[in-house]
Amino acid sequence: MSDSSLRLVWVYPDLLSTYGDQGNALVVERRARQRGLDVQRVDVRSDQPVPTSGDIYLIGGGEDRPQRLAAERLRRDGGLERAASNGAIIFSVCAGYQILGHEFINDLGEREPGLGLIDVISTRGEGERCVGDVLADIDPRLGLPQLTGFENHQGITHLGPTARPFARTILGKGNGTGDGTEGAYNDTVFGTYMHGPVMARNPQIADLLLKLALDVNALPPTDDRWYEALRAERIAAATQPA
Amino acid sequence: MSGHPGNPEPLSPRAKLAVTAGKAAAAVSRAAGRGSGSVIGGRVALKLDPDLLGRLAQHLDVVLVSATNGKTTTTRLIAEALRASGPVVSNALGANMPAGITSALAGGSDAKYGVIEVDEKYLAGVARDTTPKAIALLNLSRDQLDRAAETRMLAEKWREGLSGTKAVVIANADDPLIVWAASSSPNVVWVAAGQEWKDDAWSCPSCGGVMQRPGDDWFCGECGFRRPAPSWALNGDHVLDPHGSAWPIHLQLPGRANKANAATSAAVAAVFGVPPQVALERMYQVQAVAGRYDVVTFQGRELRLLLAKNPAGWLETFSLIDQPPAPVILSVNARGADGTDTSWLWDVDYGRLAGHPIMVIGDRKLDLAVRLEVAGVDFRVCETIDEAVQLAPPGQIELIANYTAFQDVRRRVGN
Repeated sequence: MSDSSLRLVWVYPDLLSTYGDQGNALVVERRARQRGLDVQRVDVRSDQPVPTSGDIYLIGGGEDRPQRLAAERLRRDGGLERAASNGAIIFSVCAGYQILGHEFINDLGEREPGLGLIDVISTRGEGERCVGDVLADIDPRLGLPQLTGFENHQGITHLGPTARPFARTILGKGNGTGDGTEGAYNDTVFGTYMHGPVMARNPQIADLLLKLALDVNALPPTDDRWYEALRAERIAAATQPA
Repeated sequence: MSGHPGNPEPLSPRAKLAVTAGKAAAAVSRAAGRGSGSVIGGRVALKLDPDLLGRLAQHLDVVLVSATNGKTTTTRLIAEALRASGPVVSNALGANMPAGITSALAGGSDAKYGVIEVDEKYLAGVARDTTPKAIALLNLSRDQLDRAAETRMLAEKWREGLSGTKAVVIANADDPLIVWAASSSPNVVWVAAGQEWKDDAWSCPSCGGVMQRPGDDWFCGECGFRRPAPSWALNGDHVLDPHGSAWPIHLQLPGRANKANAATSAAVAAVFGVPPQVALERMYQVQAVAGRYDVVTFQGRELRLLLAKNPAGWLETFSLIDQPPAPVILSVNARGADGTDTSWLWDVDYGRLAGHPIMVIGDRKLDLAVRLEVAGVDFRVCETIDEAVQLAPPGQIELIANYTAFQDVRRRVGN
């Protein structure tokens, strides 16, 4: 972590903030402050350079054309790749997740190069859009409770050998490959299809990012009763028969 | 524009039969306690005569109104204004898809004007079927993301569907997506109606460039797409007409957004020869629209019922509620008609409610609770509106709810 404050960078809210993605930034920011950390949040618009000295980067979901524009501008800018090579923690959702991979299908139906920060390739599903509540078990190595979220995407994401599945679905489509995987991660870069936003439903993910950025094993506890109540309700709603 | 055939061609026997069958179906639906029956009635009628909508409309001077927010209210305001010049038929209850519209028009055989609210997704089709004289386009923003088309795609569809229309298009110059949608039309009256919510138009609808938005202006830094010069404008509590005259807005409806709706409605009325002064005076009569803005008494307390369905709507609603310590009840559902994804709650700046006593109800009260907790404002979670009202400190209660939550509240408070 640089200096005394935690730098939280929200990448391209002008293009990739269609699904309440600000929520992830707000939850990370709030939970850092609750631990007495000084947080500097930087919202980077797509006509501005991405700072390379951030600790945690968030990149969200968006519609098809803004996704292509975001990929073009991020490739041209190069800041996010430099931040990644500096060891920054990057957490991405949906369209942002696809952009961090090697390639995805853009709004013109063409293969669009991504940033290659995580070993995944995304294609477009032929069937119905994946929409609805998701329940999944997060990779036990990450030590997190069950993942609850809401998915809304047409993409299918295939994991390469150096990406690990972030979670295994119990309900919902996740990566859409039919193998039960949801999201992907490597040491410092994470991707998921979960909206909700995902941190509001799973505040322990925000804590994981903070721990990785601070290089600590534990954080002081917080009063999470409303998060826990929401989680319990959503998990029950996802598992009860329709 | 105000010309109207003195002796309209009568409806064909088939169309008449369709209207009658539709009315019968609506009556059955009403008797069965399934709402007003207008939609089922319209469906039956359209099945018997698929061209019925066009046939009903050809006897009318038709005005279409579409937007993400404010279309029901604006439809009411325009209808009131045009009554100065002749009888009006309108889908005043917000049944805004082809079946509901057909049903509403079938009930107005003596009308001169048809003032029709249209769901965003159906605008191009209804505009084709009804040959409108005027089309009012207010705003476009994110709404029901789990099932609606992308907001920009909607603007694109409007643009294609309205290209070359013979209607006068009355459009909001302050919403880039509306300007993009309207500017394929040959005859546009631009109204500076404002738009507080800006987060769906940061990239240029034409070229994808980043929008620059200094003050009230906007333009694309790359392709030159920019805000058109308006001929009408909302200026505080006044409407400025194309001659530069300022007309005071007197509304019972609260808030900036409704003043914007009144400005647009005045511009529409002028197309039909109703002067702004007359139009605006008539709009004063509109008190509540399908229960919205109504002040009701419940358990001995006064509640103002406010509907907010999406981030842009919540933003406008926050700007019209009474100052703290006015108590606020928030209710959110996520049923089919609301959109089942609640992520949008995080696009709403609930921090603006700081200082208000806040009670939270609705199917998704826990999503709201987490949202408010992260916003750092105090709140109480309640099981029912009764409990929330009992917990509310003194003062008129502002109740803000999304679509089905609003209907739930109306049923409970007997509105």
